[in-house]
Amino acid sequence: MELTGSQILLESLKLEGVDTIFGYPGGAVINIYDDLFSSSINHILTRHEQAAVHAADGYARCTGKVGVAIATSGPGATNTVTGIATAYMDSIPLVVICGQVPTPLIGNDAFQEADMCGITRPCTKHNFLIKDIRHLARTIKEAFYIARTGRPGPVLIDLPKDIQITKHKFSYPDKVSLRGYKPTYSGNIRQIEKAAKMILAARKPVLYVGGGITLSAAEDELLKLAEQARIPVTTTLMAMAAFPQRHPLALGMLGMHGTFYANMSVTECDLLIAVGSRFDDRVTGRIDSFAEKAKIIHVDIDPTSIGKNVAVDLPIVGDLKAVLGKLYGYLNSKTEQVKNLIEATDEWRSTIEEWKERHPMTYRSSKSVIKPQFVIEKISEMTDEDAIITTEVGQHQMWAAQFFTFRQPKTFLTSGGLGTMGFGLPSALGAQVAYPDRQVIDISGDGSFQMNSQELATLVQYQLPVKIVILNNNYLGMVRQWQQMFFEKRYSQTTMELPIDFIKLAEAYGATGLQATKVDEVEATIKQALETPGPVLINFKVSREENVLPMVPAGKAIHEMVLAS
Amino acid sequence: MKHTISVLVENEFGALSRISGLFSGRGFNIESLSVAPTADPELSRMTLVTYGDDQIMEQITKQLNKLISTIKVVDFADGEYIGRELALIKVSTDAESRAEALRIVDIFRAKVIDVTPKSYTIEITGAPAKINGILELLRPMGIKEVVRSGPVVIGRGAKGVVG
Repeated sequence: MELTGSQILLESLKLEGVDTIFGYPGGAVINIYDDLFSSSINHILTRHEQAAVHAADGYARCTGKVGVAIATSGPGATNTVTGIATAYMDSIPLVVICGQVPTPLIGNDAFQEADMCGITRPCTKHNFLIKDIRHLARTIKEAFYIARTGRPGPVLIDLPKDIQITKHKFSYPDKVSLRGYKPTYSGNIRQIEKAAKMILAARKPVLYVGGGITLSAAEDELLKLAEQARIPVTTTLMAMAAFPQRHPLALGMLGMHGTFYANMSVTECDLLIAVGSRFDDRVTGRIDSFAEKAKIIHVDIDPTSIGKNVAVDLPIVGDLKAVLGKLYGYLNSKTEQVKNLIEATDEWRSTIEEWKERHPMTYRSSKSVIKPQFVIEKISEMTDEDAIITTEVGQHQMWAAQFFTFRQPKTFLTSGGLGTMGFGLPSALGAQVAYPDRQVIDISGDGSFQMNSQELATLVQYQLPVKIVILNNNYLGMVRQWQQMFFEKRYSQTTMELPIDFIKLAEAYGATGLQATKVDEVEATIKQALETPGPVLINFKVSREENVLPMVPAGKAIHEMVLAS
Repeated sequence: MKHTISVLVENEFGALSRISGLFSGRGFNIESLSVAPTADPELSRMTLVTYGDDQIMEQITKQLNKLISTIKVVDFADGEYIGRELALIKVSTDAESRAEALRIVDIFRAKVIDVTPKSYTIEITGAPAKINGILELLRPMGIKEVVRSGPVVIGRGAKGVVG
């Protein structure tokens, strides 16, 4: 049967199992939207194309499925770039479909034309410009395959308007054949055995776990391995929900705003087992003193991640689920040696316990002013640590990572790599679409919230009961903190001079707005928000000059922390 | 250290810009680059000359391999390959220097491919060092223009690099 290009697109999406897409119509995708009008695919209309991509990203992060976003050519397409770059840095599988001007006009500076393949080349895993209807179905198949396999990432398809209306016989390929793309999954067994031997020989081992663990859905394998050999686990921002933070082996986050005991453990360890992490500068601090006493095992599906920032003693390229599973299996066959290991590493765990007691993750509480950390602790407690938390970027993001006690995989959606303010609200929207019955909370600051606040309209239109928590200090808090600590309190352009009436703003969109200004109102306000159906915004007026601590100043080693007094 | 890398890529729209974008985006050095289709018209072969320490070279080959459209990357070590470059050299000549220019051309087994009363245009192929050699000898006469292709390389021995 002959279908038009836009029909082929929608049929292909269905065959890929896509039931929901996020987007914004326009001239160059009007044919696709015409076919969507009568399609079974659920389309969520955001109020900005950037938000559509973040929403698809949030949807992908909490489900593990490929998120799909659609935008028109030119400005619609360029608006997606921040969303795409956000997903790229965090390796989130997305397929972003952009309309393009008709093929004969490409390169002519036509109305609403932008060279999207050129623009997104450095921030996509791959991209395609479709110039021939015969390639459309195959390309969509390849796009989904590339997005979800190997190290996942966003793939852009630029689809010219004339291709959308050209008819062609539709047949969706069963298989993908890309001779230049064959990710390694299994992990070299001899390397894995070497890793096991290094673990058995270690006296101060630490697991340093990154976002790859979630992408590989290897949380169970990680937990089993950690418990089997009683190896303490520190998680990056991207992996906070991948290991139960109440677990006795949990060290919390490491790096710039990591816990004292995580940073000390990494500094003092004799074996660092890096899994699905990439030695990001926010994690390592001064690179030459990072884990300088340790041998390093690095497991990652992406060979370019290994040896990029630090030299490693044992590289293993492979899927974490497979590699950690095999590592566990191997150690399981060495019961006696594992027993000896556990005994021999007892002292190490006691040392860590002492560090935990000496400098626990804490803050100075207050009765007179709402501490942002207190709000996060309360939310953690009152949601039974089961909510899906999204964040924007800044102080609130770090406090969320530090004070929310995550225990469920895929419940912490945050822009770790790119650090995109404005990510939290649309990604919460996407998560709520994926899980209509779960509690989804965007933890935000007053600065970040205003970067995509228009998405309140989307929440209300689709009655998505996202709760938005604004930790409002009337500052761009993280930059202000740096200005306080390193620029003699010269608060250049970080004071949000205009205090916004967020309650009225929420109400203007038809959402519920709540506010707490006193400590004793916090709990009741959270309770009210959680019990109120539909989208709710809660404005917490928090202690204005609160700092995120511990903090490793830029250029310092991670054990050189400024601690909470 | 200087490295010569062969990259087999899908012969498709944007393939070159993916490679050049990778080098500029990641701050890798690129000294020369030549591209043309292979015997298999679906593939192009690029020859890149780049330099960096071992860690950078490892990143370069890994990053090249990571590109979806890259089929194969070969980092040729010294002695394992034969490299040839083409250069077209326009040199000033006068009555006095003409004979000397021809002698140099002869020594290097080059060819004069265009002649005017004031110039010779010389074609030469060979290893990059040979081209540097002829340029050095011609320089005193006055070189008006040099166009070099950058080297293309092929591995020694019977085995071919194919997709």
